[in-house]
Amino acid sequence: MKFAVIVFPGSNCDADCYHVVKEVIGQDADYVWHQDETFKTQYDCIVLPGGFSYGDYLRTGSIAKFSPIMNEVIKFANQGGLVLGICNGFQILTEAGLLPGALVRNKGLKFVCKDTFLKVENNETPFTLDYTQDQVIQVPVAHGEGAYVCDENTLEKLKANKQIVFRYSTSAGETFPECNFNGSSDNIAGIINKKGNVLGMMPHPERCAETILGNDLGKHVFTSIVSWLKGGGRNGE
Amino acid sequence: MYKALVYVTLKPSILDPQGTAVKKGLESLGFSDVMDVRVGKYLEVSLEAEDKQDAREQVEEMCKKLLSNPVIEDYRFELMEG
Repeated sequence: MKFAVIVFPGSNCDADCYHVVKEVIGQDADYVWHQDETFKTQYDCIVLPGGFSYGDYLRTGSIAKFSPIMNEVIKFANQGGLVLGICNGFQILTEAGLLPGALVRNKGLKFVCKDTFLKVENNETPFTLDYTQDQVIQVPVAHGEGAYVCDENTLEKLKANKQIVFRYSTSAGETFPECNFNGSSDNIAGIINKKGNVLGMMPHPERCAETILGNDLGKHVFTSIVSWLKGGGRNGE
Repeated sequence: MYKALVYVTLKPSILDPQGTAVKKGLESLGFSDVMDVRVGKYLEVSLEAEDKQDAREQVEEMCKKLLSNPVIEDYRFELMEG
């Protein structure tokens, strides 16, 4: 399987994602510069990594969405290709209209960098099928603008279509308001599009993909993609 | 040449923790009558346009495509000549 890791000016988790794909799960990966206008080869999955693309100027992800390569990413996503956006990547996906809603300033105004517990709300996606339903995983977050917001109507649709994939929870999987450190709607940590091929999440699975880092449960976001592709799935089926 | 003064504000339904923090700051300074504070953005855009209508249309387009995010923000602007 071949992954593309898009590099924007200000991306800072690109090397981590590349490392996990290449060294931890043993797949091919290329860095793709944001100014590239086309993909030079066929990819199975595109990763938009975390960081501060364009210095977060104006709004997080707002300038990155106009990078030349984003036209290709949008085309790829619309054709059913798998796109994973982590942290700033999630912010870019909402700005680009590939995912509904938006990410705004954390309710406590602080940049929060810590381990969080996530409940896997839907393990029937290409990004979570190596997890069990309702599994609780520990994954670090590092963001200042990660409060997920959307209107009531959108939230109802997200729930009805099982598009909420990860929620902040306790270690036992209880999604109490206290776990919702950043003020997201409904403890949302990650969502998928209706078609099921574009996932955005604020926590960083690439930072907990090896036991040397104390926890390797994040790895399964990446192994799930490979399992799903090997299963021959397409278009979120 | 035209100059647009663009105001981008959070929609009323979006919580503004920054505004709340500023309100608390004002209160601790003794401004106890402050009811609410909302923090937004102000942008000055200078542009060439054929006439005011053209300038208005261009700025409208800019606000929709980049300067604001319709999911969380509203915008308004004033247009000046020169």
